[in-house]
Amino acid sequence: MDMLISILEQGLIFAIIAMGVYITYKILDFPDLSVDGTYPLGAAVTVALISAGMNPLLAMLASIAAGAIAGLATGLIHVKLKVRDLLSGIITMTALYSINLRIAGKANVPIFNMPTIFNNSITNSLFSGALAPYKTLIIIFVVVIVAKLLLDWYLKTKSGYLLRAVGDNPVVVTSLASDKGSIKIIGLVIANALVALSGSVMAQQQRFFEIQMGTGTIVIGLASVIIGLNLFRRFRRTKPTTSAIVGSILYKACVAIAITYGLSATDMKLVTALLFLIILVLGRERRSRRKADA
Amino acid sequence: MLDLKHISKIYNPGTINKTCIFQDFNLSINSGEFVSVVGSNGSGKTSMLNIICGTIDVDAGDILINGENITSMPDFKRHRRIGRVYQNPAMGTCSEMTILENMSMADNKGKPFSLTPGTNKKRIPYYREILQQLDLGLEDKLDTLVGSLSGGQRQALAVIMSTMTDIDFLILDEHTAALDPRIAETVMELTDKIVREKGVTTIMVTHNLRYATMYGNRLIMMHQGKIVLDKSDSGKEATSVTDLLGLFNAISIECGN
Repeated sequence: MDMLISILEQGLIFAIIAMGVYITYKILDFPDLSVDGTYPLGAAVTVALISAGMNPLLAMLASIAAGAIAGLATGLIHVKLKVRDLLSGIITMTALYSINLRIAGKANVPIFNMPTIFNNSITNSLFSGALAPYKTLIIIFVVVIVAKLLLDWYLKTKSGYLLRAVGDNPVVVTSLASDKGSIKIIGLVIANALVALSGSVMAQQQRFFEIQMGTGTIVIGLASVIIGLNLFRRFRRTKPTTSAIVGSILYKACVAIAITYGLSATDMKLVTALLFLIILVLGRERRSRRKADA
Repeated sequence: MLDLKHISKIYNPGTINKTCIFQDFNLSINSGEFVSVVGSNGSGKTSMLNIICGTIDVDAGDILINGENITSMPDFKRHRRIGRVYQNPAMGTCSEMTILENMSMADNKGKPFSLTPGTNKKRIPYYREILQQLDLGLEDKLDTLVGSLSGGQRQALAVIMSTMTDIDFLILDEHTAALDPRIAETVMELTDKIVREKGVTTIMVTHNLRYATMYGNRLIMMHQGKIVLDKSDSGKEATSVTDLLGLFNAISIECGN
């Protein structure tokens, strides 16, 4: 039971990343490595502000804003300075490593015994007795659902239509007299804001910031998105955000099973990379088969 | 009124692959004209369209719309007044979006793409009505992904999308070339009908000499970046497919092909 709760908690926190990566990778076709920096950025901003005595909810909003600015940077580097997509992300990610250290102050910052969105007078009185063990999970769930509904809503707006169009066929966006560059930037801003939100929630759940926590974020996000989309491929009515959330939880479940069967936590990045490779290859085979059918 | 004045364009300058597309190219198109452009491959037809739309920059010369110089205007801004249909039916529509979503976007061209709902439900009957005219059954498939339509259906949709809002110019880049003869006919008739109804100035590049003589009120033949034939109204009506073929052959022999 504890393991199930832990999988759901971790899976849901990473589901926010998966939704962000869905925007960049799937909608924009942009391999955005800046998320490896914006995830710890969200955590760094959160621990710094909570340590300084700020309300954890406000700290979370500040993290979202910080992530949005980082996404803006990647977008401007790519669109205005015409640097290749992959490199733009690497530049932002590298710069963020130093920036995150500056914001947090040092490589490892604990926030034990400080108020968080999980641990404050309001939530503690709200979730007492039998509900107490599920408090963290329920709060994470609420955050994820709010993020999902907002993203679903956005993708149905005029601006959201253009975002989907620019990844699908940029020529159409130009034909619609809109600048495809600015739309790409908007997509990167939203994606990185989501990833930083995930970092903020994670820092508050595990009660510390650690500079290495971002390594491999993009791979985990991509793996979750691809698992989710492949799983729901046959059900066209499923919202991609839902697929991303389910994919993320499944991914974390796979990882948890691997650990129970004796893999050390230090092997995790290797397992992640191999798992991701398998998913990519399987996904590609299916695509080419579909083309052959057509 | 569209003016191309003293246009020069060289691809790969300073290399062994240097290709001069245009040298002091001039063309003037009056409002309301429907110009058919024919010419062999590499004669500069598509390059001319790309120059008008801003897809490629010119090395020298000016592009004017109604007297306003748009040479340095970015492509997406020019498209506020230009609608364009490409040879490849996939270019004019978004395959991962539904017919309704595609049409909603086209309907909103020129207005801000804000945070209001992407589809205006009140416009759906109007979209259905436009699609009905095509007689392709698309009006009952509004929620179908465009990617699952046939090339002809996609191209018909692309023609409609490019002309949904008020535009000054319609640019057709061999837009029936990739379609089977029957659907090509449908798309061409649809195009002609829309052009007549809206009175929009149209430039149509085509390899189909019959279409070139049948449609429009001005005919231009291009060769090696120059205009070798330019007939309007009665002059155009007197030009037959055989005349064009004759001229084509004469030019080709001259080049040693």
